[in-house]
Amino acid sequence: MSDTKDVILDYIKEEYLDDEDMELDFSSPLITGGIVDSFSMVSLKRFLETKYKIQIPDAKATPEAFDSVDNIIVLLKEFNVE
Amino acid sequence: MAYGTKEREFLKNELNGIKNDGIFKEERIICAPQNSEIDVVFPTGTDEKKVINMCANNYLGLSSHPDVIEAARKGLDHRGYGMSSVRFICGTQDIHKELENKLTKFLGTEDTILFPSCMDANAGVFEAFMNEKDVMIADRLVHASIVDGMRLAKAMTDTYKHSNMDHLEKKLILHKDKRLKLIITDGAFSMDGDLAKLDKIVELAEKYNALVFVDDSHSSGFIGKTGRGTHEHFDVVGKIDIITTTLGKALGGASGGCVSGRKEIVEMCRQKARPYLFSNSIAPVIVAASNKVIDIVTETTERRDKLEENTKFWRKGLTEAGFIIKDGETPIVPVMLFNAKLSQDFAKDLYSEGIYAIGFFFPVVAKGQARIRTQLSAAHDMVHLEKALAAFIKIGEKYEILHKTKEEIIEKYGS
Repeated sequence: MSDTKDVILDYIKEEYLDDEDMELDFSSPLITGGIVDSFSMVSLKRFLETKYKIQIPDAKATPEAFDSVDNIIVLLKEFNVE
Repeated sequence: MAYGTKEREFLKNELNGIKNDGIFKEERIICAPQNSEIDVVFPTGTDEKKVINMCANNYLGLSSHPDVIEAARKGLDHRGYGMSSVRFICGTQDIHKELENKLTKFLGTEDTILFPSCMDANAGVFEAFMNEKDVMIADRLVHASIVDGMRLAKAMTDTYKHSNMDHLEKKLILHKDKRLKLIITDGAFSMDGDLAKLDKIVELAEKYNALVFVDDSHSSGFIGKTGRGTHEHFDVVGKIDIITTTLGKALGGASGGCVSGRKEIVEMCRQKARPYLFSNSIAPVIVAASNKVIDIVTETTERRDKLEENTKFWRKGLTEAGFIIKDGETPIVPVMLFNAKLSQDFAKDLYSEGIYAIGFFFPVVAKGQARIRTQLSAAHDMVHLEKALAAFIKIGEKYEILHKTKEEIIEKYGS
């Protein structure tokens, strides 16, 4: 699971951060912290679906579920991604 | 009564929160026609003060041009004051169609539809022809009205890093399965004054079978050698599928906007765009004046040429004086101060010196990117710009920021 966490964190850094000095960890608030806006969340959802070969229903792709890497890991467990 | 003490207190607290965050907006009262020099009352209750205006979108100086005012008068005499109707019921006059045709020709597109504002054009256009099967991929710095328009549409949304073509390409690959893929960008970005890389965007659009949308509100009338806009500047006239723009900036400065582009998309707007369907026609007086404005900018490039010269003088003057400005070639010239309080203090001091410019800081711009945004106009004469430059230098010296690096300014004032 720590591999999965790292993969997701790396993707978020690459995709959303312009400032390389900005620190981000597994519990950093992504949506409420203004790092990922609601428009850009689709990239993260599509990345997860492609990477782990799953389909996340829109009803489960909520701002809360995507608000940190830790939260995303909880969501992925529902799809048996470890 | 539903609006009681509890509700009033709640909203007072909300307003106090805005004040405490330092983002409470106050209007400066102008007691003169819009121009390079205006009489301003600020703060409320103080005497009128004559200042040089460095913050209007009056790029071509047409807002108070005598020929435009005369055309407005004639429009009032011949076509009346108001239409009391939306366009498709009984709100379309011959002069509305004349203006749409002139804009089509001026922008080099297939067709045009007027909206009450460009904000309305952006609010209506996406929803009018895109749905769940489609994707909108926007530059992360597009104007707020585009963001609102995208929210109203049912199509999937995504973004790419500002002007980052590699990132845009990744997004086009990611969404290759979608029916319509629309790349969305401003032509000139209003806060940084830089231009979208339209030539590269068009290349990517052709490679990945995507459409291109450009909001050219801060370009129409003066970017490009004959002022047609960013598509002329990048030699991609005819390759932009949708252009939205405003009549409220360079093109007269009153109000009104349009969607111009592929005729089927324009027709979809006529059938389905809600701000077009459910909002009044642009008033005849504005339409008549706008027709004159398009005639003026079509007949001569004199005003955009003067604006270009003013812009060169201003950018060179600020740079040589030791200010950090955002690179570019547009008449939007941000003077970087990085610190929010410094930007406010600097603007206040400028006003004392008779120069009217506004400081912008987070959340309008990114944290640590506070600045004074200056905007040039063809209405500025050299005497205005020399006076404004002298004031900038005087205040720059006061705060000891001239010939300093970004890091040195941040070290002194914080970010």
